[in-house]
Amino acid sequence: MSETAKKTVQRRPMMGPGAGGPAFARGGEKPKDFKNTTKKLLNYLKPHMIGIISVFVLTIIATILTIKAPKILGQATTEIFRVVMIRNTPLSALLKAKMDFGKIRQILLEVGLLYGIAAFLNFAQGYLMAGITQKIVKKMREDINNKLQKLPLRFYDDKSHGDIISRVTNDVDLISNTLQQSLTQFISGIITIVGITYMMLTINVKLTLLTLVTLPLSAIVTVLIAKKSQKYFSAQQKYLGQLTGITEEAYGGFAVVKAYGREKDEIDHFVKLSENLYKEGKKAQFITGIIMPVMNFIGNLGYIIVAVGGGILVTKKTITVGDVQAFIQYSRQFNQPIVQIANIVNMLQSTLAASERIFEILEEEEEIPDKPDSIELERIRGDVRLENVKFSYVPEKPLMENLSIDVKSGQMVAIVGPTGAGKTTLVNLLMRFYEIQGGSIKIDGIDIRNIKKYNLRKHFGMVLQDTWLFSGTIRENIAYGRDNATLEEIINASKMAHAHHFIMALPEGYDTVIGEDSSNISQGEKQLITIARAFLANPDILILDEATSNVDTLTEVYIQRAMKDIMKGRTSFVIAHRLSTIKNADIILVMNEGKIIEIGKHDELLAKNGFYAELYRSQFLGAMVESA
Amino acid sequence: MIFKFASKYWHLILITVTLVAIQALISLYLPDLMSDIVDKGITKGNVDYIWKVGRTMLFVSFLSVIAAVIASYTSSVVSMGLGRDLRNAVFQKVASFSLEEMNKFSTSSLITRTTNDVIQIQQATNMILRMVIMAPVMAIGGIIMAVNKDAKLTGILAISLPVMLGGLGLIAAIVAPLFKSMQRKIDKLNLVVRERVTGIRVIRAFNKEEHEKRRFSEANLDLTKTSLWINRVSSILFPYMLIVMNFTTIAIIWFGAKQIDAGNLQVGQMMAVMQYVLQIMFSFIMISVIFIFLPRATVSARRIKEVLSIEPRVTDPANQSTTWYESLNDIKGIVEFENVTFAYPNAKEPVINNVTFKAEPGKVTAIIGATGSGKSTILNLIPRFYDVTSGSVRIDGVDVREIPFDILRKNIGYATQKPFIFTGTIKENIRFGRNWITDEMVERAADIAQVLEFASKYQEGLDYHIDQAGLNLSGGQKQRISLARAIAGIPKIYLFDDTFSALDFKTDAKIRLRLFKESKESTVIVVAQRVSTILNADQIIVLKDGEIVGIGTHSELMKTCEVYKEIVYSQLSTEEAM
Repeated sequence: MSETAKKTVQRRPMMGPGAGGPAFARGGEKPKDFKNTTKKLLNYLKPHMIGIISVFVLTIIATILTIKAPKILGQATTEIFRVVMIRNTPLSALLKAKMDFGKIRQILLEVGLLYGIAAFLNFAQGYLMAGITQKIVKKMREDINNKLQKLPLRFYDDKSHGDIISRVTNDVDLISNTLQQSLTQFISGIITIVGITYMMLTINVKLTLLTLVTLPLSAIVTVLIAKKSQKYFSAQQKYLGQLTGITEEAYGGFAVVKAYGREKDEIDHFVKLSENLYKEGKKAQFITGIIMPVMNFIGNLGYIIVAVGGGILVTKKTITVGDVQAFIQYSRQFNQPIVQIANIVNMLQSTLAASERIFEILEEEEEIPDKPDSIELERIRGDVRLENVKFSYVPEKPLMENLSIDVKSGQMVAIVGPTGAGKTTLVNLLMRFYEIQGGSIKIDGIDIRNIKKYNLRKHFGMVLQDTWLFSGTIRENIAYGRDNATLEEIINASKMAHAHHFIMALPEGYDTVIGEDSSNISQGEKQLITIARAFLANPDILILDEATSNVDTLTEVYIQRAMKDIMKGRTSFVIAHRLSTIKNADIILVMNEGKIIEIGKHDELLAKNGFYAELYRSQFLGAMVESA
Repeated sequence: MIFKFASKYWHLILITVTLVAIQALISLYLPDLMSDIVDKGITKGNVDYIWKVGRTMLFVSFLSVIAAVIASYTSSVVSMGLGRDLRNAVFQKVASFSLEEMNKFSTSSLITRTTNDVIQIQQATNMILRMVIMAPVMAIGGIIMAVNKDAKLTGILAISLPVMLGGLGLIAAIVAPLFKSMQRKIDKLNLVVRERVTGIRVIRAFNKEEHEKRRFSEANLDLTKTSLWINRVSSILFPYMLIVMNFTTIAIIWFGAKQIDAGNLQVGQMMAVMQYVLQIMFSFIMISVIFIFLPRATVSARRIKEVLSIEPRVTDPANQSTTWYESLNDIKGIVEFENVTFAYPNAKEPVINNVTFKAEPGKVTAIIGATGSGKSTILNLIPRFYDVTSGSVRIDGVDVREIPFDILRKNIGYATQKPFIFTGTIKENIRFGRNWITDEMVERAADIAQVLEFASKYQEGLDYHIDQAGLNLSGGQKQRISLARAIAGIPKIYLFDDTFSALDFKTDAKIRLRLFKESKESTVIVVAQRVSTILNADQIIVLKDGEIVGIGTHSELMKTCEVYKEIVYSQLSTEEAM
């Protein structure tokens, strides 16, 4: 019923109606370190202090004007009423029974001005705040951007990708929304409550006190309901999560469910969870649904108190009719700030929790920068020497201890071993994605820790099993390692990688955009593009991962040839899966469980009759049925 | 179609609607009472009357809140119940799909339809039940009451309403395309971050950190600009609404004063009209808000309908009286394909064409060919994930379309290319709900498939709980569990769809060795990528573009089949091929 109350609830056309209830009913996350996080968040606000204070001032003035207006408006009604009352008496002919339209007009103009200015100030405040908010949010994202560049690979490997992405996007969004609206709403809410109380007191103390009875009532109701609804809401979320989980499994593993005739079981399980969701959801929905009506009822109580009490006071000539009208308007405006403040307190918590997650990233340890006297190398021969290298990801699980290998320029090192043996570790160390903990790695006799990282990496070419391409054209992807490559150079590299043919078969050739799911190009073709990319970069040392499951047998042939070609004359480290590669290697590193257990050439290792020999022979156990 | 589901709750809906209408009417009644207080109570100095009306107002408000509470309950029951019913229906429908229908939608789309779209409808229903009745009743009722009090004064609405709605409409029209654009820019930023994070090695290897940083900055700037616009335009919204309402109030007092002066109107009536006009304007706003949300719900409704209206093609045979077997032990497992052709419903070319072969128990039949040559399809036709377009697939001489589903599937052990692990223990994953599989059978399968080999490292052994679809397991380990699952039921027919290539050579060999010792009496059909896996198969089927271009043993094919030779040479050296 309370129109003035309802209309001030911020409703933007495009956003959700909040699942049928105000935000505070839904609860949210809580921050771990309230004080410190708030301090850090305030740091972001500091540079804009002047703007923020201006916004606060504008809000305060606008709120005050809005508070004053009803009382003044009431004066107009009072004047009208005065005349009416007089006309009702028999002496009307004698007394001044003329309606003073001049006075009324003046009052109305004054009120109109107040409302007009207030509206303009509100808009101005929103306009300013938007600018400030966006600047702050932009800076936050930029800070993360800069930080990401400096973080060591360990960070990316340890954290789930989805988690990092969510922090950069969702968490920053939340902060943005809160800053935009909640800050000013909080201020205006408090001022409204204080101001309204004051205005009401100036009209009549007794009536105010009566009306104020409703205030703690609303507060209590809000708190009680909020507690209950948050409980139901989080239960609802839990069941929803479970339900989604089982749906994902059943749909994702559809073939398996069908193959074993498990449909009925899955359905039964689903229906059971669905029922739980129904029960909790019902309660949650019900509770959030009664908040508004109950608050309205309390508002109506105020309305009635004002109507009755005020009416009586008017007959006693204690207050005027206009005052009653003003009082009605005021008591209406009480509920809304309470709901707003409850919402904001709630949002504040989840905003701080979100900020915490962002600050966690910003405070991560950074990669060690290049030493000041690091050098850059123009060209390298490709002699790689590991001397007594010691490394482990976690101290409890030592990986390499005292590893020494000597690779001469142009040689091919094959790294073999069962899955999970730690073959990519060597890659990580050579590229200085991780730093060794003891010993040294030297290229052309120079310790790689004395070479600038970007320069070191420039001399390596990487073709990994996980083909990473970005959402650009094929051309841009191939030229990724070399900014100023000409189309001719790109095509050359592509030809060498045996990729040119299939690229030309695509409708847009080199300008084909690699789609977000990269669904227009097969896995094998993507591999060829990454090889072309490596060719174009023309590295001195190559790191290749031969794993090619899921690849068309025909494309596999191409990939094989391409890999062979690119290895010619370059020092290569190959995570080998093909026997032909292994047999031709100059050095074979046999790894298992993260350790290098055998080193040597093929024949030597076979003669040793150890792990490698067994691995090799199992290739020929490739019998489906034991040949008698 | 959603209405069909909703009709189950018609009596609750009726109650809700009635209660909401009562609420609306009461809220319209209160200003009326108020005006009475002023005109009949205050003006006449009648305190008793004021008390009486006050009591009425209290009673009526109380009624309203009770009505609201009950209505909230009933509408919750309806909307949540509707949601539950829809969800269940969709899930059951999807469960009945064959692979063909499943492929019409992407998995994530189906998941969304079962979850998010249902939620949309739930929320919409709730909103409809409460607002859609309340708003028009308030609007129309308000107009009636206001006109009743004073028609001329109410006429101010003729100006205020269009001004209000027009302004809102304008702002909405400006903001709507901006919102779409902002969504795109958010997606773009998401993409950039995702690529940055997943490709960090490549980025650093090629020293493209600066480049990626710039990409991010650009996306960031772009997004910020659009957000700024949207927020700035939106901040007009609220002040605008207020101004229109407030000026309307002022206008009412001005014209009201004139009317009162002329003796046509009483003060209380004027105050009531003020209230009504505000209520009316507000209900119109509510109506426009509804119009914005309804489309979203209709989209969801359509998506759900799409799923519910599909009838699966592959169904359990109607008359299952053909007991061509006395007991399950009689089934030999001879699989025959006779002139089988399969094409997707609207496809121009068939996936496989005129395929004929026979796979016998105790023998291993391997299928090899390039990607897309139709290997998996052949496997899929046997457990009837699809039905043939022409020709016939037979087991022990009986067309599979005549074999009841549960018999069919009990006798087939199928391991997919991509191993699928469910949340649960390893044991549960292997048993996979088949209660007739004993613990011994599970352990035997785990042993053969080399699952015990890694499971024994866990304290709980086979009772080790696997999280979230197997995140804590390697690809090879998942594949082994998947194989164990296929083996556990000791089926007569084994179907392996490229299951061995995810394993390293050693494990691959170990498993196959044991497996094929144990399955001497079953028919084994293997689809393979690795030639080394199938070298010693009893029968190798070479597929190219959906047709068989060679059948025979390895040595036979090396002499007669070019396609086979090429594949072999691409993987093995010349000596190994011998």
